[in-house]
Amino acid sequence: MSFISKPVVHHPQLGHNDLGLTRRDYEGPISTLCAGCGHDSVSAAIVQACAELSIPPHRFAKVSGIGCSSKTPSYFLGNSHGLNSVHGRMPSVTTGANLANRSLHCIGISGDGDTASIGLGQFAHIVRRRVNMLYIVDNNGTYGLTKGQFSATNDKGSTNKKGLPNLHEPIDLVSMALQIGATFVARSFSGDKRQLVPLIRAGLLHEGFAFIDVVSPCVAFNNHAGSTKSYEYVRGHRDDVVMADFVPTHEEITADYAPGEREDVLMPDGSTLRLRKLEETYDPRDRTKALNYVHDKTLQGEVVTGLLYIDPDASDCHAMLNTVAEPLNSLGEAELCPGSEALDAINASFR
Amino acid sequence: MSAQVSYNDFVIKFANVNGSGSASANGMFAKALFRMGIPVATRNIFPSNIQGLPTWFEVRVSERGYLGRREGVDVMVAMNAETYEEDVASVVPGGYLFYDNSKPLARELVRNDIVEVGIPISEMLLPEFQDPKQRQLFKNITYLGALSALLNLDFDVLKSMIGEQYKGKDALIKPNIHALEIGRNYAMEYLDCPLRVQVRPSDAVGDRIMINGNSAAALGCIYGGATVCAWYPITPSTSLVEAFERYANQLRLDENGRRKFAVVQAEDELAAIGMVIGAAWNGARSFTATSGPGLSLMSEFLGLAYFAEIPAVLFDVQRAGPSTGMPTRTQQSDLLSAAYASHGDTKQVLLIPATPKECFEFAAAALDLADRLQTPVIVLSDLELGMDDSLSEPFVWDDERRYDRGKVYTAEDLDELESYGRYRDIDGDGIGYRTYPGTHPTKGSFFTRGTSRDENAKYTESPDAYIANMRRLERKWQTAAGLVPVPEISRSEPARAYGIIYYGTTEHPMREALDRLAEDGIHLDTMRIRAFPFSQAVFEFVTEHELVFVVEQNRDGQMETLLVSEGRLDSAQLIGVRYFGGLSISADIIAREIRDYFVENKLARISEVTS
Repeated sequence: MSFISKPVVHHPQLGHNDLGLTRRDYEGPISTLCAGCGHDSVSAAIVQACAELSIPPHRFAKVSGIGCSSKTPSYFLGNSHGLNSVHGRMPSVTTGANLANRSLHCIGISGDGDTASIGLGQFAHIVRRRVNMLYIVDNNGTYGLTKGQFSATNDKGSTNKKGLPNLHEPIDLVSMALQIGATFVARSFSGDKRQLVPLIRAGLLHEGFAFIDVVSPCVAFNNHAGSTKSYEYVRGHRDDVVMADFVPTHEEITADYAPGEREDVLMPDGSTLRLRKLEETYDPRDRTKALNYVHDKTLQGEVVTGLLYIDPDASDCHAMLNTVAEPLNSLGEAELCPGSEALDAINASFR
Repeated sequence: MSAQVSYNDFVIKFANVNGSGSASANGMFAKALFRMGIPVATRNIFPSNIQGLPTWFEVRVSERGYLGRREGVDVMVAMNAETYEEDVASVVPGGYLFYDNSKPLARELVRNDIVEVGIPISEMLLPEFQDPKQRQLFKNITYLGALSALLNLDFDVLKSMIGEQYKGKDALIKPNIHALEIGRNYAMEYLDCPLRVQVRPSDAVGDRIMINGNSAAALGCIYGGATVCAWYPITPSTSLVEAFERYANQLRLDENGRRKFAVVQAEDELAAIGMVIGAAWNGARSFTATSGPGLSLMSEFLGLAYFAEIPAVLFDVQRAGPSTGMPTRTQQSDLLSAAYASHGDTKQVLLIPATPKECFEFAAAALDLADRLQTPVIVLSDLELGMDDSLSEPFVWDDERRYDRGKVYTAEDLDELESYGRYRDIDGDGIGYRTYPGTHPTKGSFFTRGTSRDENAKYTESPDAYIANMRRLERKWQTAAGLVPVPEISRSEPARAYGIIYYGTTEHPMREALDRLAEDGIHLDTMRIRAFPFSQAVFEFVTEHELVFVVEQNRDGQMETLLVSEGRLDSAQLIGVRYFGGLSISADIIAREIRDYFVENKLARISEVTS
C-alpha cells in the first residue's frame, strides 16, 4: 500500500486522444491495494481503453460492490462519478443508473466473491436483462479483505496459503454468462494488457451487456504454488482464442498485430470489431461452440482467454423497455406531469 | 323483531369461494350503491390462494359516512357451503341470511333469531345456461339481481354497469342482464321485497370518488414525476406497481409511443431497491413498492442510501407479520422496522397516509422530500388502504407546482464555485449539494460510498470526521421533522384531560368510535400522526394530556414505543388500544376498550363532571 500522492505533472511524451486529452485525464487517485495486485493492472487497462476511445472522462458511471475489486473504481476515471454499493449488488445499482441515464457509459466492477457467491443471483439477472454496460470481474479466487478464504470460482483441489485444498466445484462465470444469453463474453488475464485493453474497448462499445472475466491474481493470498489463479499458473495454462482488435471508424489501427486469419464484425455504432482467430476452428459468434470449447479446455486444465462470444446484432434493455431516446433523468414536469385536466378525467373515471 | 325500516345503514357480507368470479359481481354491488350517492367502503377478506379457498367481501353502507369496519353482519350472502357455519353465526340478531336453497339448509345451521332468505339459484340456472363454467359465473350475477330487489337498488344503475363491464364484449351483456333478471324476478315474485334493511338514493357521497390507495399512490408517482420503478411482486403491494405501469402507458408516452418511464420487475426485493438507489443516484426519480418481508430484504440497501445520502421512495403496503404471517390480511406492524431500517444508527423518514387522497398526495410529496432530504422516504400504507376501494375526496393537482429536486449543482453552478465538497453543510440544515453523474468535465465528481468519508467525500476512518458526519445526519433529521406532513390535531381549548392518538387506516373507524364514546360522555382530544420524524407538536400533544390512548393495529404497540423513545415520554401516560387479528380495527373495539378503561379506572366522564 502506498501513501504518496500522485504527481500531477504530465509526461511530455504522453499521447493525446481525439479530445486532446492524455491518459492522465482518465486516471484516478493512487490505489491503496497491495503492490503488484492484478486489480491495479485492470484499472490501468480501463484507463488506457477509455482514453483510446476518446470518450469524455466524465461520461462514465462507475459502480461496484464490496471487496478489493470494488475499491478500484475510485482509482480510475477520477472525473467520473462512482458508487461503491453493497456486497454483491453492483448489478442492480448499475441497472438503475443505466435506466436513469442511458447516455453515460456504465462500468461495473466486481470480484469473484462479489459476483460468484453473494451476487450470483444479481449477476444472472443482469445478463438476462441486457443492461448496456461493461461488467468486469477481477477474479482472484479468494477473499482478500477477510484474509484468504476460498471463493466460489476457486478450482477444486487448489490450495490456500495454509496448504488446505478447496473441496468444492468452481463456478465458471464465463460459461454461466454464455448459458444465460450474454451477448458479449470474454476472459482475459490482468497481466496481459495487449489482450485486455482491446477487449475493454470492445465491451464499452458493445450495445448491450458485455462481460469480461479477468483472472487477476491476489499477491497476498492466492499467488502461491498450489493456487490455480497465481501468475505462474495462469501464464503456463492459457489458451488464447480470439484477439479482439477494436477499430473505430475514424482511426484505422491495423499495424499493431501480427497477421493471421481475421473477421470483421460491424458494431452498432458503425465501427468495426476485428476478430483474430488464433485457432482455425473458433467462431466467436457461435454460442454453443463457445460453451463446448470453454468446457473442453477447462477439462484440459487450460484457461481460455479472448473474446469467446459476441452477438453483433445485440440490443439493450432500453430497446426492450421501449424508452425514449433522451435520458429519463433529464425529463421535467412538462414531459412527466399529465396536469390537472387529465386528473379531473381520472377522478371522473372513479365515479 | 322490530319492523322498523332502516335506510343506507348496514353491513353486507358476501361469502364466496375464491376463483369463482364473485369479485366482479360484488364490486358491482358496491359501485351501484356508490352511484346512488350512498357512502360505502369495501373490504376484501381473501385467502393467499388462487382457487378454491373461502373469500369474503364486506360492504359497509353508511349514510353518516362511517367507513370503518363495524362488527356484526346485517345481511349475509352465504354462497360458500364450507364456511356456512361461521357465516351464519356472524349475522346479528334480526339480520338476514341470504342463501341458495336449491338444497335445504342443514338443520344445525338454522337460527331462530335471523331471517332466512332462500333463492333456488342453481336450480333456476340449470336450464338457462349449458356451460357449467358460465353457470357458475352467472350465479354471482343472479344473486346480485335478487339483492337489487331485496335491498331496493336502482336496477337501471346495475344494468348500466353490466354494460360498462362488458364494453367491447357485447355478446356477454345480454346473458348477464338475463341472469340479473332471473334473480330479480324471482325475488319480486316470491319474496317480500324490499327488506327492512334497504337503500335509497342519497347525496351523501358528494363529489367523492371510489378508489383504492394503491391506485392513488401510483397516480401520485405519475404526477410526482417518477420515471424509474423497480419492484418484486408481493401482496398487497403488487397492484400499486401494476397501476403505475397502466397509467404510465396511457399518460407517459411520447408522440412515437416511446416510454418516458421504465418499470423493471426485479429478481428479488434486494435488486428492486438496488435499482431504485442506482437510478436516484443518477438523477431519476425512482420508487419501489413492497410489503413486510420485502422491507426486511431491503434493509441493508436502505442503510446505504441513508448513509450515502441517496434519495429513494419505498411504499410499504403492510400486511400481517411476522415472517410470511397472514399475507392477505392487514396490519400496521412494520412501523419500527421501517423507522429504524438497517444496521448502525439509521433512521428513516416515514409518511403515513390514511386515505386514498393522502396516498396520492404523499406519493408525490415523498418524491419531493426524498430529493430535498437526500435520503429514503418510506410511505407506510396497509393492505386495507392499498387494496380496498373506499370513498375519497377527488385528487387535486396545482399546475403551477414544480418538482423540488433539492440541492443539485448544475455545470454552470460548478463553474462559479471555487471548490466543491459533496457533504459540506453550507446552509446549516445538514443537507449538502449533490451533483448528478456526467454533469461537468472536471468539476463536481465524487465517489459515493457506504464507508466513512470526510465532507469532500474522501474516504477516511478518522473518528472526528466520522462523528462530524453522523452529527450532520442528525441535523438533517431535525430538518426533516420540519418538512414532513404535520399531525392532524383536534383539541379543545383548554385541552381536555384525555387524548387519543392514531394513524393510517385507523382513521376510518375513529370518527364512529369517537361519536359512540361521546354518547357515553367520554370526550377526547385527537391527534392523527402522519409522519416520522415527529414534530414538536406530536410530543406536546402527549405532555399536555393526563392520559393518551394510542390506537394501533399491531400487538406490541409500535407507535407507542416510537413515541416514548423518540420523545423521552413517560410510558405510564400512554394506554395502548390494539387489534392485530388481520382484519382492520373496528369502531366497536376502539369504543369498547376505551369505555372499559374509563370504567375500570374510575375515570370521570364529562357527563358525570357536569351533572
